[in-house]
Amino acid sequence: MITPLQNNRHTSAAGTQQADDAVVASVRNLQKSFGDVIVLRDVNLDLYAGENLVILGRSGTGKSVLIKCMVGLIKPDAGSINILGYDVLKLNQDELNEMRLQVGFSFQGSALYDSMTVRQNLEFPLQRNLGIFDQTELNERVVNALEDVGLESAIDKMPSELSGGMKKRVGIARTLILNPKIMLYDEPTAGLDPITSIEINDLIVKVRDKYKTASIIITHDISSARHTADRVIALVGGYNKQEGTFDEIKQTTDPELQPFFNY
Amino acid sequence: MKIRNFLIRIADIYRFVARAVRETILPPYEWKETLHQCFVVGNRSLFLIAFTSFLAGVVFTRQSRPSLASFGAESWLPSLVSQAVIRSLGPLITGLICAGKLGSNIGAELGSMRVSEQIDAMEVSGTRPFSYLVVSRVTATTLMLPLLVVFADAMALLGSYLTVNTINSTGFMLYFNDVSVSVTYVDIFSSIIKAGFFGFAIGIVGCYAGYHAERGTTGVGRAANTAVVASMILIFIVDLLSLQFINLFRR
Repeated sequence: MITPLQNNRHTSAAGTQQADDAVVASVRNLQKSFGDVIVLRDVNLDLYAGENLVILGRSGTGKSVLIKCMVGLIKPDAGSINILGYDVLKLNQDELNEMRLQVGFSFQGSALYDSMTVRQNLEFPLQRNLGIFDQTELNERVVNALEDVGLESAIDKMPSELSGGMKKRVGIARTLILNPKIMLYDEPTAGLDPITSIEINDLIVKVRDKYKTASIIITHDISSARHTADRVIALVGGYNKQEGTFDEIKQTTDPELQPFFNY
Repeated sequence: MKIRNFLIRIADIYRFVARAVRETILPPYEWKETLHQCFVVGNRSLFLIAFTSFLAGVVFTRQSRPSLASFGAESWLPSLVSQAVIRSLGPLITGLICAGKLGSNIGAELGSMRVSEQIDAMEVSGTRPFSYLVVSRVTATTLMLPLLVVFADAMALLGSYLTVNTINSTGFMLYFNDVSVSVTYVDIFSSIIKAGFFGFAIGIVGCYAGYHAERGTTGVGRAANTAVVASMILIFIVDLLSLQFINLFRR
């Protein structure tokens, strides 16, 4: 069972109370080092149902490592991770796969399967996870997912024919097609132009509103954080240094965080 | 520290191989992808193996003929060539060519997927990439190498026959009658089984190197290189071990 250690709910930038108070994911005292380099010293967080939680921090502060630990891609040195009732660090491979089906992960580099078309990229998880091989049903689901991200025209293109923003959106569509309860976005606007970044930010908000997913958005992009966050955790030196709404964090006097907002 | 890292690597390889064997035996099976990989393996190597085996048959025959002729044993040429081709030359040529062609391809393909996080993307979507990528490829190389060896043997013998026929007009039936008399079932089956082990070595080394690639494009290059070099060394080791083992039956 997930037991929230703290219930410091916040109101979003729009001033609306977040969805219900159920914690869908929690991380406690997470530690991870690579050789002599300590990346995560003591990270704690709770993710509530239906909220967008932004993890803000400089490059190299372990933000991506944090969410990779959450889905079992990286094994932490210490701590505990609970996702939708699963104690992630104690799962066997089958249980881990079962948990992962409920968690979508959007990679920084999109990670589209480059030998497959966009259609095949989206069909792949449906065939392998849900055993759907009926072409009509596959087609319907793929088209719906691509419509959600506004890319139905790219259905038969290869990933190499897509722009960076289009790849990100296809990557998000590929995770959404399994109707995840939690979405993890790793630097969703990294390397994109400002206008495409706004489109991706809008899409992240749309996903939360339409699918009622809880999301963790890893970013160092302040405008992305402002646009998408219901709540922000600032990760500094391997600790979650501050937590609050974007406007609260913005008022910080912390010398390590101020440069983010004064830039 | 180096010894510790070496032992960790050995343990990691053992786990990888054990997992590949376990997931090959236990369901769910990757029928569709395995068949696709079998086609890729065969299709990718067939022409090259046909060409090199044919040439090897021609060259080996032309080089052996003067030595045999000096002893007045020219009529033993079909026996010598067929035993050499079926026992050693055919499997070795096929194994080395496939190590270069398939091993590098598997290492680079999986390595590229690893460094571009495609394998991670499969992992986090619960689509069992190990089974899809590794088991299918290792099964395909293990199954297809014996078939390719049979094909290579046939092409080498054809090359040898055409050479002999050109020099002294030996008939097709006479040549292959000599071949069938001198080659035993032990020769044929040991060659085929050995080729299966060669295929397993090529597949597992290529997959291991690619699956554990790191550090970007350099890592992909290193994975492809490791796949070729390590699988070639393994092929010679397997060849030596199988020779010792098969000799027990020949006695």
